[in-house]
Amino acid sequence: MGGALRWPRVTVWRVVFAALMGATLYATIVRFGGGLGKATNLSDRFPWGIWVGFDVMCGVGLAAGGFTIAAMVHIFNVEKYKPILRPTILTAFLGYLLVIFGLMFDLGRPYRIWHPLVMWNPHSVMFEVAWCVMLYTSVLAMEFAPTVFEKLGWQGALRWTRAISVPVVIAGVILSTLHQSSLGSLYLIFPYKLYPLWYTPLLPFFFYVSAICVGFAMTIFESWHSSRAFGRRLEAPLLMSVGRVLAVLLLVYLTMRFLDLNYRGALPLLALPRTETYLFALEIGLMAVPMVMLFRKRVRQSTGALYACAVMVIFGFVANRLNVSVTGMEAGSGVHYVPKWMEVAVTLGLIAVGFALFRVAAQFLPVFPEEKPAAPGAGGDPLAAAGR
Amino acid sequence: MSRAMLFDGSLCVGCRQCEAACSERWGLKYDEAIAAEEKLSERKLTAVVTAGESYLRRLCMHCSYPGCASVCPVKALEKTPLGPVTYDESRCIGCRYCMVACPYQVPVYEWSRRLPRVRKCDMCYERQKEGRPSACAEICPAGATICGERDELIAEARRRLAESPEQYHAHIYGVEELGGTSVLFIAPRPIEYLGGNPGLPEEPLPELTWRVLSLIPNIVTVVAVSMGGVWWITHRREEVAEAERREREGK
Repeated sequence: MGGALRWPRVTVWRVVFAALMGATLYATIVRFGGGLGKATNLSDRFPWGIWVGFDVMCGVGLAAGGFTIAAMVHIFNVEKYKPILRPTILTAFLGYLLVIFGLMFDLGRPYRIWHPLVMWNPHSVMFEVAWCVMLYTSVLAMEFAPTVFEKLGWQGALRWTRAISVPVVIAGVILSTLHQSSLGSLYLIFPYKLYPLWYTPLLPFFFYVSAICVGFAMTIFESWHSSRAFGRRLEAPLLMSVGRVLAVLLLVYLTMRFLDLNYRGALPLLALPRTETYLFALEIGLMAVPMVMLFRKRVRQSTGALYACAVMVIFGFVANRLNVSVTGMEAGSGVHYVPKWMEVAVTLGLIAVGFALFRVAAQFLPVFPEEKPAAPGAGGDPLAAAGR
Repeated sequence: MSRAMLFDGSLCVGCRQCEAACSERWGLKYDEAIAAEEKLSERKLTAVVTAGESYLRRLCMHCSYPGCASVCPVKALEKTPLGPVTYDESRCIGCRYCMVACPYQVPVYEWSRRLPRVRKCDMCYERQKEGRPSACAEICPAGATICGERDELIAEARRRLAESPEQYHAHIYGVEELGGTSVLFIAPRPIEYLGGNPGLPEEPLPELTWRVLSLIPNIVTVVAVSMGGVWWITHRREEVAEAERREREGK
């Protein structure tokens, strides 16, 4: 994902995409034909690999923009964020669908994915996450529906979705708050296993705040790519303000992280020459550098620098989730886990499918607002405009 | 009352008949190669391991507050009132959270099967229901593993420690650990290897997540009320502005 990413036009990317799909298909056959043992490097001592650590942990987090931007527009009435609402909702919707799809690979009995609906265990964090993800995916479907209805010209359905939009958005915020933090709570039950740089009773809180951070970063990221892919104008002033919010959130997040380390007496661990230390430094660096940069107005004004910051935050977030779910668990589990190539292929394949679906949806559905000479935020309601 | 097992490391001679009996009960193949593996796997659900000059057993500890049962999203694992922690494979979705959450790394998975199950010792639940000892306890020629009521086994362990203190490290593993377990250990040396996680907390692990989960109703209420409140304010502001505009135009 470098600066040269212009994949819709350059055929090289299509070749890469096709190769990736081939590898994913092969891995899929091995996974379902021969079992998890054939396709993965998972073991009794290390039962969760990157299909949990990346596909679920990162997938759900990277889709967090869906509830933050929706709340900004519908609840806080910040009209200027409206132009990025639909692409963000689309990203989130696709993200959650891919998380569920990815779970089919990881679950030993994927055809029983519906079991938590009828077999309850309220004491299980996983049970709560399952319900929230399911309900929130439905919420996202309802939030995305107007885009489809508009294309189809279903005025009645459009009016109906608008009427319920506020309660739906509020439900989305509640559900997201619950399960974004609960992905961190999943790890609370093994204090003896997760490395102390990451294990803290505050894990749910940190997962929540970092998810909000990466949600904003993803908004910048996809606006940038969409503007390049579709030759659109970037909503520059808007993204500048997103960058500013992001900087403040990152400051809060990083400050809390270090206060927590200090409070738990874990700071001396940073002096140990261990893999955990280096990967922790990487994770923090990828969050701290963009934070410092984003506090400078000049950086926020440059779309390139803004994009670079967003990418760093995204990678920092991914590093954090992988640190918690893989790096931080290795020492406590007594094994070293390196994913098999088929695990990586499936994960990359899911990402590629996500990009492709986004592009197709953006091409055929009114995801982006019509180009207008007027300044963004001047009150053009795409819904009302299309209704006429 | 609650059924339990007591393993006495000073009596175990390492004959591995418990392994063979266990495998027979589960319908697993058992041969010399498997006997030589000193770890739990889908091939054997209990293992005799060499601990210095004596032996110890690995098997499900049947915690009083089992982490595995607490994390299972579909209640496939359950702490029965009788004592054993049982597994219902017809509910299991295969998320493997139980395996990650077990502090003793006991549950194992059938990695090579297309429709895998979690496997673990269930203390021979059907036997325990009838008040009979588990297969491993029944066959043990040295009396190193015995079954009984938990209270009685703790009393028995205390008696052995008191009678021949020179033979034992003065601690009954499983009385306090993680809020207690239904499998108790006494041995010549301190027991710390079980699953490779020294320093387990005394408090039951499920408490750690329940503390957060029990906050859910509050979180839902607070978020709903605050979001609704913010919406009402921002919406009201718009309405007022609209009304004022009309008033001005009306004049």
